[in-house]
Amino acid sequence: MNLTQSTRRDFLKGTGALVVSFSLAPILDRAYPRGATAAKPVALDEVDSFLAIDEKGAVTVFTGKVDLGTGVRTALAQIAAEELDVPLRQIEIIEGNTDVTPDQGPTYGSLSIQNGGVQIRQAAATARRALMEQAAQRLGVGVSDLKLENGAFRTSSGKQVTYGELIGGKAFELKVDKQAPLKDPATYKIVGQSIARFDIPGKVTGQFTYMQDFKVSGMLHGRAVRPPGIGAELQSVDENSVKNIPGLVKVVHENNFLGVVAETEWAAIKAAAQLKATWSKWEGLPEQSKLWEHVRATKINKDDVTSNVGDVQQALQQAAKKLSATYDFAIHTHGSIGPSCAVVEIKDGKLNCWSASQATHNLRKQLAAMLSMPESDVRSLYVEGAGCYGRNSHEDAAADAALLARAAGRAVRVQWMRADEHGWDPKGCPTLIDFQGGLDAAGKVVAWYSQFFIPEGAAGNVKLVAAELAGLPHETAMGPGNIIQNSAIPYAFPNVRTVAHRLADTPLRPAWIRAPGRMQNTFANEAFMDELAAAAGADPLEFRLSYINDPRGTELLKRLARLAKWEGRSSPKHDSGDIAAGRGVSYVKYELVRTYVGAVASVEVNRKTGDIRVKHVAVVQDCGQIINPDGVKNQIEGCVVQTVSRVLKEEVTFDRSRVTSLDWASYPILTFPEIPDVEIELIDRPTEKPWGAGEPSAAVIPSAIANAVFDAIGVRLRSVPFKPDKVRAAMQTA
Amino acid sequence: MAMATTVSLHVNGKTQKVTVEDPDMPLLYALRDNLGLHGPRFGCGMDQCGACTVHIDGKAVRSCITPLSAVGKGKITTLEGLGTPEKPHPLQKAFIEEQAVQCGYCINGMIMQAAAFLARTKKPSEAEIKKALAGNLCRCGTHLRIVRAVKRAAASI
Repeated sequence: MNLTQSTRRDFLKGTGALVVSFSLAPILDRAYPRGATAAKPVALDEVDSFLAIDEKGAVTVFTGKVDLGTGVRTALAQIAAEELDVPLRQIEIIEGNTDVTPDQGPTYGSLSIQNGGVQIRQAAATARRALMEQAAQRLGVGVSDLKLENGAFRTSSGKQVTYGELIGGKAFELKVDKQAPLKDPATYKIVGQSIARFDIPGKVTGQFTYMQDFKVSGMLHGRAVRPPGIGAELQSVDENSVKNIPGLVKVVHENNFLGVVAETEWAAIKAAAQLKATWSKWEGLPEQSKLWEHVRATKINKDDVTSNVGDVQQALQQAAKKLSATYDFAIHTHGSIGPSCAVVEIKDGKLNCWSASQATHNLRKQLAAMLSMPESDVRSLYVEGAGCYGRNSHEDAAADAALLARAAGRAVRVQWMRADEHGWDPKGCPTLIDFQGGLDAAGKVVAWYSQFFIPEGAAGNVKLVAAELAGLPHETAMGPGNIIQNSAIPYAFPNVRTVAHRLADTPLRPAWIRAPGRMQNTFANEAFMDELAAAAGADPLEFRLSYINDPRGTELLKRLARLAKWEGRSSPKHDSGDIAAGRGVSYVKYELVRTYVGAVASVEVNRKTGDIRVKHVAVVQDCGQIINPDGVKNQIEGCVVQTVSRVLKEEVTFDRSRVTSLDWASYPILTFPEIPDVEIELIDRPTEKPWGAGEPSAAVIPSAIANAVFDAIGVRLRSVPFKPDKVRAAMQTA
Repeated sequence: MAMATTVSLHVNGKTQKVTVEDPDMPLLYALRDNLGLHGPRFGCGMDQCGACTVHIDGKAVRSCITPLSAVGKGKITTLEGLGTPEKPHPLQKAFIEEQAVQCGYCINGMIMQAAAFLARTKKPSEAEIKKALAGNLCRCGTHLRIVRAVKRAAASI
């Protein structure tokens, strides 16, 4: 690996998180010597919301986007350093602090660079132009006589003025100008380079402060005690049952919210395990074995028609060959390796919350609502935690900590236990999809009709567990994520209808997990596309190409065929023997408007056991302008490995009362001996917009595997996960 | 009610005293909460993920299920004791060079497990590395880089 080493002043020791919590005041004092943080604007149209430059020329970037372990902190610094023409080491990043960072939206949907980075870039371009005009005035020359390098303007006669001298410690007082000219990408020195991530030296030496390591002085430790049934009512609590635990401070109960607070973490853990409480019986969940019947029978509140071309019904009637199929995708958990953690302190009517929330600005609103406090009295600060692949439980841990801190009158740290995380994090919802397709006599697709059975709602705030249990104000609408995305398809067929039936309910509290909806929908779409290709007797990659009217999509698939050494032929391969090998292709244009990605999976299927081994995955991605190529590759590798895990192994189990897959034994994930090799080709387009890279490649993995299995053994897997028993059953019925 | 007890621990070359109410408290909490170390981390509390891994007398153990009372005179090494950003252990250096981190929460376990493994296995094959790390879970999907980093470190030790 050829990496450009960065030597950042504070991040060298990996203390990025500490900067947020402890040394913010000096940074603000430096940037705003006039004082109060209230003077720091946060509006999205102000340059000062995003940037501050001190007398020495050090640049502070304020961003509402946060680094969830993806490396965006480094990438955002690259964007700012490039556009301002300052050395990378002069950039400091302050992220997710509701007092001083602009609300750039939650860190989700692969939008940190695409939206957040672009906003920062435009603010930096506005600032650079303003500084250049000031420099020209100061030095008595025209702007065309100025050369900018390393944060200093120089004239041809050798006169010089620095950013620090021009603006140091002062506000820009400028609106972000959307027309401010951006640097020519041909001149980039920092963007497009594989800069080494700032946080890694600290993370590999134990010097980094994760949320789980974060402490405030005098804090107590809390743990929540959840009901044995999701909707069970708390009838009585036996506080004597934990009296013998030294260090126990308090048992807290508020309606159905129950928790303990103790002087030490171990005392809190013991008390939570030992506390006796009586709960009512609750059996409101459907039987897991009848989950799909339950989903199909759930009331439909509305239909979202996501595409409608021609007349599908008529085309189906006239088709020479008709196909129909039903696909389903199991409920998944986030499965963060570090259970969620937060610290809350309520002092003099003001609440401080430190959490690893992907949406600190929204969490502030939720906590204020839950506790009936004015938003201005709630401060929500980001401290990086264990990986977060969507809306997991960080916000819920924060709500637990808030209720316990309010009851205890002191700061409380809550870290969920493993069973809390597996049992109570919001889940990726079950997805059921029906297809009908038609081919004409020549094997051309004439009709595509899909129906998605998915809960209603979008990517709003997800209700806080503690608020609901305690009977405090909370959201009532579901927030499964924008899961209708990629229900429509990137292919030009004459008759297409794609409809999402939005369900009134779903069994477990839903939220978004990496590529929400896009993954499930693309799984079904790309596998059914493969069914049509097989029915037409066509090579599945050529078949796709013949329906793509998009040069970037076409180039991508052609490059993928080369990278994967694609063997052009129809599927299945009719391999014989106990171990059958096959390859499958999948393609998506993410949300039909951005990142293009395609994958070829190579698998081996054991016909006797039903075991699937994903041996190799080739990925080609075009996400426009690339900020940090190694960062993008790291994300793609993660998408592939994590999704192979989800597709081969993962399924949340539950009884009528609660989730029963409460640890890594009952919810196994992929282990080292099972990982595939991954080969990646990036199509860099420096003059195009930068698009998301964190999740699009995850969307194509399930179907690439399913199609490869079909190629190997001629059997369609239409139900995720592809566990050996399901594979064997599918072989028997095929 | 139990009386607080004081236990001597040999951590990263130093003897340190910790006072606890429960001598059966897992070592993990003594290292993190009493001694303020950040390397070993809580992941599952059940010996299923490896995030809490430390060395005791050179052997990789799961501190989340190791009672304090069982440590005795064992010499404990944590990620902090292996090396620093200024003087990293060959594995830490290799993890930086391979950028073998996403969130990094599991990385403590990966490095500690691999360090104990490399200490007794010279020039391991890729399959041997994967087998050695089979009990360590990563959710970000950093596995490929972790294997590359361990291979790189193995070549330099």
